[in-house]
Amino acid sequence: MNNDNIRELADAFRSLRLKRDLRIMEVCGTHTTEFFRTGVRDVFPEGLALIDGPGCPVCVTPNDYLDRAIEIARVHGVTVATFGDMVKVPSSYSSLAAEKAQGLHLEVVYSPLDALEFAAANPGIEVMFLSVGFETTAPTEAVAVQRARERNIGNFSILCGNKLTPPAVKALLDAGETRIDGFILPGHVSAIIGVEPWRFAADSYGKPGVVAGFEAYDLITATTTLVRLIEAKRYVVENGYARVVRDRGNPKAREIMYTVFEERDAHWRGIGIIPDSGLALRDAYADFDAWLRFPVEPPPAREHPGCRCGDLLRGLILPTDCGLFGTACTPENAVGPCMVSSEGPCSAYYKYGGL
Amino acid sequence: MADRILAGHGSGGKLMNEMIGGLIRRILGMESVQLDDSAVLHTETGKIAFTTDTFTITPIEFPGGTIGSLAVNGTVNDLAVMGAKPLYLSCALILEEGLETAVLERILVSMRSAADAAGVSIVTGDTKVVERGKADKIFINTAGIGILEGMVQRRPIMPGDAVLINGFIGDHGIVIMALRNRLSFSRGLISDCAPMNGLIGSVIAAFPESVKFMRDPTRGGVASVLNEIVKGADFGIGLAETALPVRDEVRGVSGMLGIDPLYAANEGKVLMVVRGEDADGIVEIMRSLPEGRDAAVIGRVSGDYPGRAYLETRTGGRRILPLLIEEQLPRIC
Repeated sequence: MNNDNIRELADAFRSLRLKRDLRIMEVCGTHTTEFFRTGVRDVFPEGLALIDGPGCPVCVTPNDYLDRAIEIARVHGVTVATFGDMVKVPSSYSSLAAEKAQGLHLEVVYSPLDALEFAAANPGIEVMFLSVGFETTAPTEAVAVQRARERNIGNFSILCGNKLTPPAVKALLDAGETRIDGFILPGHVSAIIGVEPWRFAADSYGKPGVVAGFEAYDLITATTTLVRLIEAKRYVVENGYARVVRDRGNPKAREIMYTVFEERDAHWRGIGIIPDSGLALRDAYADFDAWLRFPVEPPPAREHPGCRCGDLLRGLILPTDCGLFGTACTPENAVGPCMVSSEGPCSAYYKYGGL
Repeated sequence: MADRILAGHGSGGKLMNEMIGGLIRRILGMESVQLDDSAVLHTETGKIAFTTDTFTITPIEFPGGTIGSLAVNGTVNDLAVMGAKPLYLSCALILEEGLETAVLERILVSMRSAADAAGVSIVTGDTKVVERGKADKIFINTAGIGILEGMVQRRPIMPGDAVLINGFIGDHGIVIMALRNRLSFSRGLISDCAPMNGLIGSVIAAFPESVKFMRDPTRGGVASVLNEIVKGADFGIGLAETALPVRDEVRGVSGMLGIDPLYAANEGKVLMVVRGEDADGIVEIMRSLPEGRDAAVIGRVSGDYPGRAYLETRTGGRRILPLLIEEQLPRIC
């Protein structure tokens, strides 16, 4: 789509007249950032509010996970391989960046497969990959574990903190703490799980949803469609990203994922335990489970008393409602993960919300 | 400041500014770190510009250059953007035990040809060899001296001025990131490493009164330079997304890495703020030169949003171009 067409589309979007004020939630952290980055947030029609959801994997990971990773590295001397997003996230008492300056061995990777190759090339080193992410990354993590088994790479393990997104959305709707009129649904996650797992929101809760891509065009068209569905009281889930997302998702990726992982209850920051919302390695792959291989007793996890990441991830507040935002909590000295992760709502507001 | 030096202290963002202000300048004096790219020194016979830079890049050889050509061009460009004519360079090498001689030879050859292309002479130097593991293959420091024949190219910036660049944005930073991460789809990417003194000289000769500010947008990229310009100013600078020259390959790789080309390093680019009415004429001159073939006006100085650098996106919406906090790291998804 050329620039003139985008501009026309944006102008039409900006001049939408809503019948009443609407609150829509973007579930995905990449959407949080892209709404800002593309300037689409700046052309929102009057009366339309975007509420940030629990869709940033780093943000929803509770402190005890990172505490454990750091403790394992300290006690067992393992090399921690991780996506860059995790490096600056504060744990209860430290962060990977601070630990690195004091000697922790850290490898920043783009893929768990890179971590596996690093382990293969350095057989004398124990490499623990921090497996944090949603349905998007879990299949690749599963492949890494399978390949480690096939190639007999015994010095590779993962610290499993993977989570599943539909149960979190359901938990928010069940809690009913905040009004949400509809959902902008995650494009990458849906490419794996398909559209079907989201239908419960429309069918059981009367909340329409649209699966969206990440370009300005995708965001504007998906949001326009969502507004129309809400106003017409059409409780359906539509696929607004059909060039990437098939309605059935990617069955092969799911098969690999569930060969290696099984569903388990998981702890989400701010939300608490959500049934069947996490992934753990199946017993057959226990050899690669860093939880089992490296027993530690991390100190009790603690949260900064003023940090409102939890409220934010439940859609109760905007980043700017937090008393620490931009003062005690900034990206260079973050109190909560939502300020550091590139997909964190606080980071997006801090970086892009200043005009 | 943190009680230990973090990697982010070297990334040209806020952390680095804290270290410079809170530590280096406090102890070595305000003049020890220049806001500009070079120090301007007054002598009996005129003004000279003096600068130094250390290069520690990995990998040391990349499409479009080596750490050697980078060390020459980086220092040449720091002098050139002051409006100085670069003349002499020093070359200090720190070599790690075990470095292949053939690699060193290639690096020196690329230094020599970069110096020839820029018309500068390497006139003094030093070499140290350190034990294996005490350095990463090779580090190079170059210092440079140039003469200021006219004035330093700094004039008051005001609304209506234009922001322009001599070509594609982010080429160097993205090729390096792609190589570091062994991305298989990085083919076709090439660093823009080149000297800017010829192009800058041509522009100033044709428009001696027009250039208000120049900088080579290296580490931290175009957005970081804009943030420096608008800091505390009573004007803002707006870039037009549709006007930004970014190669498709760079856009693709940066999208995969989650890195914005506006924050990626350039090594053969100069960002200029010029009088609005002369912008098209300057772009025309740049385009007549090989290193300016893809020059473009990319933004305007405006009275809106004082103190802010912002982007007008393809949607017509505006959003801030934030100050980079520290190194950009790969994201999860």
